[in-house]
Amino acid sequence: MTGSSFTRRSLIAAGGAVLATGLLLPARAAGLAPTPSMRGGSNNYRPGAPIVDRIGEGGFWMTGTVRRAGDGAPLPGQRIQIWAHTTEGHERDPQSHGATLTDANGEFRLEMPQIVPAFGQPHGHLAYDSGDFETVFLRPIMASSKDKTLAAHFVLQPV
Amino acid sequence: MIRTYAIWVAVIATLTVPLVAAASSPLLAWRDPIYIVAGFAGVLSMGFLLLQPVLAGRYLPGLSPLTSRLCHRWVGVTLILGILVHVGGLWFTSPPDVVDALLFVSPTPFSGWGVVAMWAAFAAAIMGLCRQRLALRFKVWRLGHTGLATVTIVGSVVHAMLIEGTMEIMTKTALCTLVLLASARTLAKLRVWDIRRRA
Repeated sequence: MTGSSFTRRSLIAAGGAVLATGLLLPARAAGLAPTPSMRGGSNNYRPGAPIVDRIGEGGFWMTGTVRRAGDGAPLPGQRIQIWAHTTEGHERDPQSHGATLTDANGEFRLEMPQIVPAFGQPHGHLAYDSGDFETVFLRPIMASSKDKTLAAHFVLQPV
Repeated sequence: MIRTYAIWVAVIATLTVPLVAAASSPLLAWRDPIYIVAGFAGVLSMGFLLLQPVLAGRYLPGLSPLTSRLCHRWVGVTLILGILVHVGGLWFTSPPDVVDALLFVSPTPFSGWGVVAMWAAFAAAIMGLCRQRLALRFKVWRLGHTGLATVTIVGSVVHAMLIEGTMEIMTKTALCTLVLLASARTLAKLRVWDIRRRA
C-alpha cells in the first residue's frame, strides 16, 4: 500500500469524522458552524470592488445576511463583494463588480443587473474578504434564470 | 432516388435545425463573440457525434464503404477541432472556470462529463489515426475505438442535457436522442463486442 494515501483505515476515519460532525454538531446549540467557501466561488474575483449604491442599471437584487460563527450574532458594517455574468457584462468585466455593507441587522441588499445563465448555470458570486474574519467565497445558483433576486448567507469565523 | 434525397435532407436538417434554434437564443445578446463561437462549436460537435455512428454504420445512401470511412475520418478530425475551439473559446472567456473543469473541481456537474468525453474523443481519434501503427487485431482495435466513442457520446449527451445554455431544449433533446439511437444501432449492427477470431 505504499504510495497510496487512500487506505481502508483513512476511509473509515474520514467516514467516521463525517458522521460525527453531521450527527453531533447540532447537539451544540450555540455552535453555529462557519460557512465554507463554495467550489468555483472565487472565479473571476477582482479584489477591492468599490462600494456602490447599485451595480449598473439594476433591476435585480442580491440579498443575504452575515453572522458570526458560534453565537450567530448579526455582523453590521461588513463589506460584501458581488459579481456575476449579467445583461450588462461578463464576470471578468470591472463594471460587473460592486460591494455593499451590511446594516445593523447584519443584512445586505445590492441592486444589480439581471443575472443571466453563463457557463451552464445562472449563478452569482459573493466574497467576504476584509480580514477580520476568514475569507469566504460563495457561488449561489438561481432556482430559475427568470428569478429577479438571489440570496446568499455568510457565517464568518473570526480570525 | 426520392428516398436518398429524403435521407440526406433529414441528415442536413438534423445538423442545422439545432444551430438555427441556438442562433435565436436570447442569451447571445449578453455574450462576447468568442463565447458565442465556443458555444456553437459545442452545438456543431454534437451534430458531428450524430454523423460519426451513421458513417461508421454506412447508413448514408450514395456513399461507398470507402467514402463512408473517409468521411468518418474527416468528420472525426473536424470534431476534434470543434472540441478544441469549444474548450479554447470557453477558456478565453473565463479561464478559472475551464481550469476547474479540467481539474475535475468545478461546481457544475456537467463539466466533468464534458471533460471525460473530450479525453475519450481524443483517445478514440488517436486510435483511429494510428490504426496501422497500433498493429492490433481488427476486432480488438474496433472494440477499443468504439468503447472510447461510446464514452464520448454518453459523456457529451449528459454534458449537454445538464447545461442551461444557448441550445433550445426541444432541439437539444431531439439531437441527443438521435445521437444515442444512431450509436446504439451502429454498435449493434457491427456487433463490436464480438471479438472472437473467425474459425
